[in-house]
Amino acid sequence: MKGNEVVGEAAARAGCNMFCGYPITPSSETLEYVSARFPELGRQFVQAESELAAINMVFGAAAAGFRVMTASSGPGFDLKQEGISYIASCDLPCVIVDVCRYGSGLGAISPGQNDYLQATKGGGHGDYKVLVYAPNSVQEIADLMVLANDKADEYRMPVLILSDGALGQMMEPVTLPEFGPDDQVKNKPWALRGRGPDGERNQITTALYVDPDFANKLRKKYAEIEAKETRAESYLTDDAEVVLVSYGISSRIAKEAVNRAREKGIKLGLFRPISLWPFPKKELGEATANAKAVLSVEMSSLGQMVEDVALHLKGRLPIYLELSDMNVPQVANILKKVDGILNGSEQEVY
Amino acid sequence: MAVTRVKPKLIGENNQYCSGCGHGILNRLVAEVLEELGRADDAILVTAVGCACMMNELWQGDNMQAAHGRAPASATAIKRLRPENIVFTYQGDGDLSSIGIAEILHATARNEKFTTIFANNGVFGMTGGQMAPTTLVGQKTTTTHFGRDPQFTGMPVKIVELLATLKPAYLARGSVDSIKNINTTKKYIRNAFEAQIDSEGFSLVEVLLPCPTNWHLTPEQALERVGSTVEAYYPLGEVVKRGE
Repeated sequence: MKGNEVVGEAAARAGCNMFCGYPITPSSETLEYVSARFPELGRQFVQAESELAAINMVFGAAAAGFRVMTASSGPGFDLKQEGISYIASCDLPCVIVDVCRYGSGLGAISPGQNDYLQATKGGGHGDYKVLVYAPNSVQEIADLMVLANDKADEYRMPVLILSDGALGQMMEPVTLPEFGPDDQVKNKPWALRGRGPDGERNQITTALYVDPDFANKLRKKYAEIEAKETRAESYLTDDAEVVLVSYGISSRIAKEAVNRAREKGIKLGLFRPISLWPFPKKELGEATANAKAVLSVEMSSLGQMVEDVALHLKGRLPIYLELSDMNVPQVANILKKVDGILNGSEQEVY
Repeated sequence: MAVTRVKPKLIGENNQYCSGCGHGILNRLVAEVLEELGRADDAILVTAVGCACMMNELWQGDNMQAAHGRAPASATAIKRLRPENIVFTYQGDGDLSSIGIAEILHATARNEKFTTIFANNGVFGMTGGQMAPTTLVGQKTTTTHFGRDPQFTGMPVKIVELLATLKPAYLARGSVDSIKNINTTKKYIRNAFEAQIDSEGFSLVEVLLPCPTNWHLTPEQALERVGSTVEAYYPLGEVVKRGE
C-alpha cells in the first residue's frame, strides 16, 4: 500500500472517528482514501473549505471526545498551527500528519525534512509541545498511527506524525494493525455531550482560564513525557568512530551508507530518532559514547535537527552536516563526507 | 413574596457586559428558547472570540471556546459526531462577518445541521470599537475616524442576504430595540432551533444589538439608533422561511 493511504487505514483501525482535511500535494492520497473508507466504516469525513476550517473541525471533534485526525503539508501545515496551539491549550487529543515537502513559501512538492523545527519547537503561539513521531517506512507509518492515537488520548495532547513526500508516495508491503475499539469517547468524562440532567457542565477552553495550577501541571506533564516517551534506533553504534544521525526516509539511506562503510572497514554507525519530541537525548548519548564525531544527515537546505543534536551533545563531540536539499541523501555523498571527517578536511558546524 | 427576577437556569449569576449592551438580552432569549424546547441539558454551545466569549462564564450549559471566526467549523464536527444534541454557535459580527466569513459561508453551503446566533452590533466590541464589515456608512469608529467611507472600505456586508443564495433551512434577522422586536426575535430563534431539531439543515438568526460603549451613546440613545438607523440598512424579517 501507499504510505499516505496507510495513514488513513491505520487511523481507522486505531479507532479514529473522524477525518477533516483539505487537498494538498503530497498528502492528498490520505484525504482521497478516507473520503471513501471512513463513511464505509460509519466514521465521519469532511472535506473542509480550508486548512483553517479543517484543523478547527478537528478541534471541535476533539472537544466532543472523539478520536480525530487531519493530514497536510507545507503551507497547509503552516495554516494549522494556530489551531494546534488552541487544541494543545485545551488539553485535547488529536493526530496530525505532516507529509513534509521541500522549501519555504510555495516551495516544491518533492519530499523534504525542513519542517523539523516547526514540528518539534511549536509552530503556533504560546508554550506548548506536541509529541512528534518520524516513521521511516510504510510499515512504521501503520505502527506509529496506532501509537499516536493512543498517546494522544493518554496525555490529552496533539500528536504529530512527521512523514514526507517520499514515504507518503511510495508503496511497500505492510501488515496492518487489527481493528481496535472506536468508542474511546466513553472514557472521556470531560468531553462535550450536553450538561445532562445533573446540570454539571463541561467547558472546553484554554486551561489557564479554569486551572490556577495550569503552568505547573503543564511542566510536569511534559517532563513525564520527556522521561517516558523517547524512541530511537541505534545501528552499529557501539564501536562507531563516526555516528550518523538521521530520521525518516533519510535514515534508510544513512543505514545503507553504514553497511557500505563497514564493508570497507570504516567504523560508521547510525542513530535514528523515532520520537523527535521528546528528542531521545539519553539514547543519543549512549549511541555516541565511543564516537569521535557525529554527522547529521538531513533533506533540507539549512539543517534543522542538527540543532537538537548539538544541544543534547553539549559540545562533547564535533558535529558535521550532510544536506541533500530537495533530493533524498546519496550514499556516495555521505561516505565522502565521512572520509572528510576522518581525514580532517571537513569543517564542523558545531 | 413578590418575585423580582426570574431568569433561565442556563444563565449564571453575573455577566461582564457593559451597561446597555444587547448581548445580555440575546443570551437570555437563547436560554429561554432552549429551556422551553426542553433542550437545555443536551445543548452544546460553541462561542466565538470577542464580546461573545464573555458567554463562557455566563452560560451554564456545555460549551467550547472556538478560535476567532472558526466556530462554524468546530460546530460542524460536533454536530456530525453528536447529531442527537442541539449544537449552536454564538458569534459577533467581527468574528463571523470578517475573519470567519469563509467558515460561516461554507457551513451554510454544506447545510450543516446546527444553528448560528449572529450578534451584529456593527463594531469590533472587545478590541475597542474598530470598524467591522457590518459598520454603517458614515459611522465613526476607532479605525474610521471620519466615518466609514465606502470608497475605501466598501459597503456594509448583509450576511443574511448573502447566505440566502445558498438556500439553508432558515435565515432571519431580528432586533432587540423594542419589546415587540424582542418577542419577534425570540420566535425566530425558536424557529431556528426547531429547524435543527427536525434536521432541516443550517439555520441562522442575525440579531441587531446596541453597543453604547463603542457607539459613544447612552443606552437609550443606542437603542434608538438601532431602531432608526441600523434597521433602515438591515431590514428585519425572515429571509429564508422553513420549508421554502
